[in-house]
Amino acid sequence: MCGIAGLIHRGKSSNVGLELQGMLQALKHRGEDSTGYALYGDTDGKNFIARIKIGENVGEGSSSVAEDVSVYDERKKVVDDCIKELGAKIVKEERTLPYSLRYEIEYNKKDLLEFSQKIESIPGVEILSMGKSLEVIKDLGNAKMVCDRYNLDKLVGTHAIGHARMATESGVDIKSAHPFWGYPFSDVSVVHNGQLTNYWNNRRVLENKGMRFMSECDSELIAVYLAEKMRSGASLEEGMKESLTGLDGVFTYFVATKNSLGMAKDTMAAKPLVLYESDDLVAMGSEEIAIRSVLPQEIDTYDPFDGEVKVWQI
Amino acid sequence: MANIKETSKKSKAASMGMHTEVLTGRTQQKFFNPDEAENFYYFGTYDVDFNKRTDLDVKDMTAAEANKKIDGLMSEGYGTIVIKNPQGKHSLGVGILNKLNLIFEGSLGYFGMGSCDGPIVRINGRVGWSCAENLMAGKVVIEKNAGSCFGAAIRGGDLICKGSVGARTGIDMKGGTIIIGGDAGAFTGFMMQRGRIIILGDVGINLGDSMYDGTIFIGGKIGSYGSDAVPADLTKSDQDWLKRKLKVAEIGENFDVSKMTKVVAGKKLWNYDNLEPTEKKGAI
Repeated sequence: MCGIAGLIHRGKSSNVGLELQGMLQALKHRGEDSTGYALYGDTDGKNFIARIKIGENVGEGSSSVAEDVSVYDERKKVVDDCIKELGAKIVKEERTLPYSLRYEIEYNKKDLLEFSQKIESIPGVEILSMGKSLEVIKDLGNAKMVCDRYNLDKLVGTHAIGHARMATESGVDIKSAHPFWGYPFSDVSVVHNGQLTNYWNNRRVLENKGMRFMSECDSELIAVYLAEKMRSGASLEEGMKESLTGLDGVFTYFVATKNSLGMAKDTMAAKPLVLYESDDLVAMGSEEIAIRSVLPQEIDTYDPFDGEVKVWQI
Repeated sequence: MANIKETSKKSKAASMGMHTEVLTGRTQQKFFNPDEAENFYYFGTYDVDFNKRTDLDVKDMTAAEANKKIDGLMSEGYGTIVIKNPQGKHSLGVGILNKLNLIFEGSLGYFGMGSCDGPIVRINGRVGWSCAENLMAGKVVIEKNAGSCFGAAIRGGDLICKGSVGARTGIDMKGGTIIIGGDAGAFTGFMMQRGRIIILGDVGINLGDSMYDGTIFIGGKIGSYGSDAVPADLTKSDQDWLKRKLKVAEIGENFDVSKMTKVVAGKKLWNYDNLEPTEKKGAI
């Protein structure tokens, strides 16, 4: 089933970590195999923030293998050396969990493709996100468990999207959890509720164009699809509109960039979405109770129609 | 086994070669014997007094707790119940088989007022997916917007949304009337088998897709017709009924019904009877 939620504050910052935790926790009955956050925090914009996974949290049906912590330690050394070789400098590092790294990196190139390809050529390593504001945090368990594990409740920023996952098409692990980074674009993330039926056809086409897939999760296709559209010169909104015909199946998805948040709904309108919009806040989720966790008072909400695409700026 | 005889109708449907068959054979009377009236008694219903009124704050209750509480209040004879702080909870007010005046001061989540028969309900906020699913009789009025599958499989009663609704409104409906003051999404009237849908605003693609029977009236633009749905002549009788219905529903009172588009099934598929559940009860 899965549940998605997102919010964007316009003209101010807020405690988006805690707010998104409340929204996703309200949707936990839609799936708590894993939960993921894409948080856009307030930063000085100088350095990149990279969330790097150097091991897997292996759940039911996962194709990954559980490894010893010593393997992660060795892998971290290789990653650190590789970052130096790329001419980048680790300014600050955190290792919340043995398999989870948060690096602030001084890196002067705009194109992250070379950086990403080099780091991800290390077996067992995946960049969950990279950007000047974006941080993707995802792990097994419900929203509160993941929030507590990674201390996300203090994060202040402008907008965020998240996902509560019930695993259906692929196993329970971090690599299949949402959000997906719009590799290799800085600060682009995607969450999806639904099922894409032309996943393999699209994947083959996109892989032939040099795009990379890290999981077998159909939702990853949306991030890669939009990234390829933007690489070809389309704006985010144009890419989203093209996705309504380019992607087959049922879907409601959110995509976020450093300055914007968007939603798209398939032409069958088979997946739910409730939306609240005011001058200073947009909040949306698979169910109204998600919005109620941040806006308990009586508010006007509505369901976007079939084939609708909307994008808001901060 | 029903017999088939030929007939003709002056409509676009007929000109397309459809609506040329009418099934005859079994009759209403065989299905609904007045002597069976006692079998229509619902076990567990109550005598309530509409003048006996109470408030119920469900802020800290689960849906099951709130619904049990509503049932308990009806058993005490309360005929008017005001629900405070519904806060988008799912499945509130389901399974009420009673005459009851129920008011929600706020919004409901999914499956609100499902499987009800008889209550008069006013919801001051919005409702999520599948509001009033399987409604048998009564009236449900939503002051704001509604989600998808609004009035799925209803068999009777009036379901009114003053705002806009999502996709698949009236999916699989088998009777009753759905009235929408705003716009409606895709697949409105999908697989509907009987009853009437009135949309005062625009409607999305695939209107009336795979509809078996029933009638849809559209006041605004139509995205596209679905399979088996065709336009038909809007008669004087239709217009009179629309005016009456909109007036009673307290919605679109000054709406020019003469410009509405009437949509029907292009092909009759089975031997549907013409009476709706409330009419059947009236007959009994």
